[in-house]
Amino acid sequence: MAMEQMMPSGEMQERMQEAAKKLEPMMEQVSEFVVRTRDVHKIYLMGKVEVHALRGVTLDIKRGEYISIMGPSGSGKSTLFNMIGGLDKPTAGSVYINEVDLAQLDAYELAWLRCRTIGYIFQTFNLIPVMTALENVTLPMIFAGVPEDERRDRGMELLRRVGLAERWNHKPFELSGGQQQRVAIARALANDPAIILADEPTGNLDLKTGKEIIELLKELNQEKGVTIISATHDLKMIDVSDRVIWIRDGQIARIEDRSKIRVEAALEVEEALMEGELPDIP
Amino acid sequence: MTRARGSMTAFGLTREEIRRQIQLPWSEAFRISWRYVTIRLGRSLVTASTIFLSVAFLMAVCTMILAAKATGHAEEDPQAFAATLARYKWSVILGFMICSTGIVSALLMSVTERFREIGTMKCLGALDNFIVRMFLIEASLMGLFGSLAGAIVGALIMLVWAGIREGFSLWAKIPWGVKSATGDWGFLGYFIASVLAGVILSIVSAIIPANRAAKLQAADALRTEI
Ligand SMILES: Nc1ncnc2c1ncn2[C@@H]1O[C@H](COP(=O)(O)OP(=O)(O)OP(=O)(O)O)[C@@H](O)[C@H]1O
Ligand SMILES: [Mg+2]
Repeated sequence: MAMEQMMPSGEMQERMQEAAKKLEPMMEQVSEFVVRTRDVHKIYLMGKVEVHALRGVTLDIKRGEYISIMGPSGSGKSTLFNMIGGLDKPTAGSVYINEVDLAQLDAYELAWLRCRTIGYIFQTFNLIPVMTALENVTLPMIFAGVPEDERRDRGMELLRRVGLAERWNHKPFELSGGQQQRVAIARALANDPAIILADEPTGNLDLKTGKEIIELLKELNQEKGVTIISATHDLKMIDVSDRVIWIRDGQIARIEDRSKIRVEAALEVEEALMEGELPDIP
Repeated sequence: MTRARGSMTAFGLTREEIRRQIQLPWSEAFRISWRYVTIRLGRSLVTASTIFLSVAFLMAVCTMILAAKATGHAEEDPQAFAATLARYKWSVILGFMICSTGIVSALLMSVTERFREIGTMKCLGALDNFIVRMFLIEASLMGLFGSLAGAIVGALIMLVWAGIREGFSLWAKIPWGVKSATGDWGFLGYFIASVLAGVILSIVSAIIPANRAAKLQAADALRTEI
């Protein structure tokens, strides 16, 4: 760690170049699956207690899909979010993004991937409080080395897309929760990612604002073909999802296709999951 | 597939794009750090105040030496003068040690407060390096302003005090340049050295907190609820 930080910038440059060289062509590959997980386990150690947060999750997510990951609190949704997003390493099993095994990537390559291939959205919005809306949106472009003029233009374009162009100069605390989440969505799109990962994006929003955010995500999904993977409690998500993945106790309990999804049925499933049983869908 | 890709060579990024990627963040890190320092002015002032006090004390001692030499007191009783100097030297060293613990703890607190922001930046593609830079720049900014103010105030207080005791004509005898006519340290020399000492101390103190921030795993940093 310390060695890496003291590294002369020439060598750093080389490492970045290597990362780009390695990943760029791979990300170009158009495989049908943008995300694949194979038997992913995650065990957290809390002192001497082992928490088995994921117990063998195997998933294939197609390019352009809108996926909702649902399940009761503590079922492992956020843990799965971290694994797919390359934010944490699985205890066992593999995660592939565009057929690249995340376990094989070094720090530079992971940063590259987080910067360009994945956009993240959080329940708590996580905008940088000292920056304006536009600066927040352009931050990932700074990390991607986009020149300043282009950053400004693309940033404004994205803010316009989420309906906040006139608020570009506002700090997060001057924006409502829904507006902050819109800025966060614009930021997630900054480097035109293949995947948007969202962890309870409507968790801190009221019903109506939550609905608007869900609709915005769906529109972006259709316009840009960006794959959306969203961990959520929000049953409103079900209507727009191509597939709903129900997880319970760190395992996939059920995967439902769009054609079969009905909100009332989903309500029943969730209720049943809470009680620990798994009914057939009527 | 993506817009960014269109502008790239077959190898991935062009050389120039990579260079930008490396160089831009310095100026951007500076801009972001500047924001943090100015927007959290109250907090920054508290951190900077420990540096301020230490450097003010250091500069006061330096000015006292110059004044003592200018009035000739230093030569009248060299032994007593040397003893006084030795006492002050330890006070200065002690002051700086206390100051550096102050900076370390203030910055560690600011790392803890910003866990989630650091995690978010890592999600957006920030390298550990960038995080380290941000904190080091922040510390050096606070170090610079604290030290400058401290050196000015410390020197002024001592100059006025010496002027009242020995007469303000004394000021004319003080060597104001970097060096005195005899080749010893002059006022400006002491001033620059005191400010530098403050800045270097802040940067060194920031290394531990900056590393701690950079080493944070994105997932852990995002989990913390504040
Ligand atoms: N860093 C960690 N250290 C220890 N245990 C953890 C950690 N992260 C998650 N866990 C545990 O792993 C399990 C799954 O947690 P996770 O946060 O993935 O659930 P979730 O489905 O996102 O829940 P929620 O809907 O409440 O957000 C829980 O039992 C949780 O306590
Ligand atoms: Mg969660």
